[in-house]
Amino acid sequence: MIQDLDFERPISELELKIEEFKQLSNGQGKDLSKEILKLELKCARLKEETFANLSRWQRTLLARHPNRPYTLDYISYIFHNFIELHGDRLFSDDPSIVGGLAKLDDRSVLVVGQQKGRNFKEKVYRNFGMPHPEGFRKALRLFTLAEKYHLPVITLIDTPGAYPGLGAEERGQAEAIAKNLFVMAELKVPIISVIIGEGGSGGALALGVANRVLMLEYAIYSVISPEGCAAILWQDGEKAQEASEALKLTAYDLLPLKVIDEIIKEPLGGAHRNPALMAVNLQEALKAYLADLSTFNPEELVQQRHEKFRQMGVFKEL
Amino acid sequence: MWFARNKTELKKIGDNNKLDIPEGLWIKCNACKAIVYKKEVEKNSKVCPKCNYHFRISAQERIDLLTDPSTFEEVDSLLTTADPLKFKDSKRYPERVNQANKALGIREAVICGSGRLNNTLIQLCIFEFNFMGGSMGSVVGEKISRSIERAIDQHIPLAIVSCSGGARMQEGILSLMQMAKVSSCLAKFFKQGLPYISILTDPTTGGVSASLAMLGDIIIAEPGALIGFAGPRVIEQTIKQKLPEGFQRAEFLLKHGMIDMVVARRELKQTIGNIINHLGFN
Repeated sequence: MIQDLDFERPISELELKIEEFKQLSNGQGKDLSKEILKLELKCARLKEETFANLSRWQRTLLARHPNRPYTLDYISYIFHNFIELHGDRLFSDDPSIVGGLAKLDDRSVLVVGQQKGRNFKEKVYRNFGMPHPEGFRKALRLFTLAEKYHLPVITLIDTPGAYPGLGAEERGQAEAIAKNLFVMAELKVPIISVIIGEGGSGGALALGVANRVLMLEYAIYSVISPEGCAAILWQDGEKAQEASEALKLTAYDLLPLKVIDEIIKEPLGGAHRNPALMAVNLQEALKAYLADLSTFNPEELVQQRHEKFRQMGVFKEL
Repeated sequence: MWFARNKTELKKIGDNNKLDIPEGLWIKCNACKAIVYKKEVEKNSKVCPKCNYHFRISAQERIDLLTDPSTFEEVDSLLTTADPLKFKDSKRYPERVNQANKALGIREAVICGSGRLNNTLIQLCIFEFNFMGGSMGSVVGEKISRSIERAIDQHIPLAIVSCSGGARMQEGILSLMQMAKVSSCLAKFFKQGLPYISILTDPTTGGVSASLAMLGDIIIAEPGALIGFAGPRVIEQTIKQKLPEGFQRAEFLLKHGMIDMVVARRELKQTIGNIINHLGFN
């Protein structure tokens, strides 16, 4: 079921009309091809106009779009022979992070990512993509497994953030995230991270210390959610739109800040309008970056990753 | 009659001074609400003599507490904040920084340098909570990274005293990246076989706890310090129930296996000294 954002509605209405015309054309033998072509052109123009001038808030909504492809969708499009692995060997298996072995072309890799749910039941099962410490510790276990068998690591990032709850705190949410940053920094295999939807704060970064960080065109990546920022700095959670502007959380904001290496173009109208095409774009990028990183030896990989993050930040020295 | 009047007067002094240690002879303890003689509290390392409540202290006071007299040499004090996002909420970000700078006489939310602790040379970083909640932006991340690198170069131990609400929102994603930056530097540091003592004080939350604070070889917390990833208010709003007494306090973390020990302020220096000594540095 397509669920529309406000600014998408005119596009969806046109698409619906085109579909109707096509059915008329097929069913009743009427030749409506001219009208259909006209509508399609109009629709493409509308999409272009709408998407050329998206506000940061609109991009935030797109990043959280209920129809947006999630980690497991990309895994099934991009990889084959996926074998999911479970559990942190310490406490439990966190369904809000998935991971396992998979083939990209003929190359085995480890893929890990946060997983959101599509319907209500799934959402609850996946805890809305908000990991507990055991999720991060599962990821950590898989990272070290990949290192042991010299497998490249690919992470797909899509989370509102680490879960703020009683159990999460008791079991050391902060320590779990910190340890991931620490271990990823020294991992002796290539790491590529892709922010595919929401890059929510520490819960996102815990899978994001990579040699190459890619970002889908309408994804966001931020130190805090616009709602959280608004609640603290504006003392008003309703000011999330303003906060999203101030936080500069879009792919186009982050590229010049050197936080990401490349923006992966989305199909016109967003990844959810053509997940297959989106997956092809992403797969091509992953293959290219993986080929490039394969020329590095383990020490170089660690060194490159360290230097990449060591240089992050903007300050003055008097 | 005289008794009642006296009582209201005392109460007034306390109420006017809820958070900071006020000017004047008497102060009210934030925890037990007792009215205590200020000089006595100060002599007691700013710990309430009645209930052992640890008042928050400044970075400078912390330096005096932990280092041998006149051995601390500050570095990187000229690193200052830029405004990469041109961030503005009700105020512009540079205004907030200037305000903190003027009020405190320091340029950023962490003070770094080397000093001697019971005669052992260490690199020391101390967060200043009064500077924008001790939040970590580019400068804080850079200063701590440089201190870690100095400790590697000089082959000496590192101690960081955290006191921070977390990453600084006004530098957006760049603040988040500081977590990865300092963690990556710490990973390098650990390969050298050097000790890092992490000291958690009230409060240590968010991006600071989820990076450098929880990565110590040894993690020590001050009694009663609030330590966690999410702040208590956020958790209450999420789970829609009141948090249990003592949740996210130092003693709670000790019980759940997240820290090595809870150490009273007056024993902190000696304890760190002993640990460093055990680990082979003196």
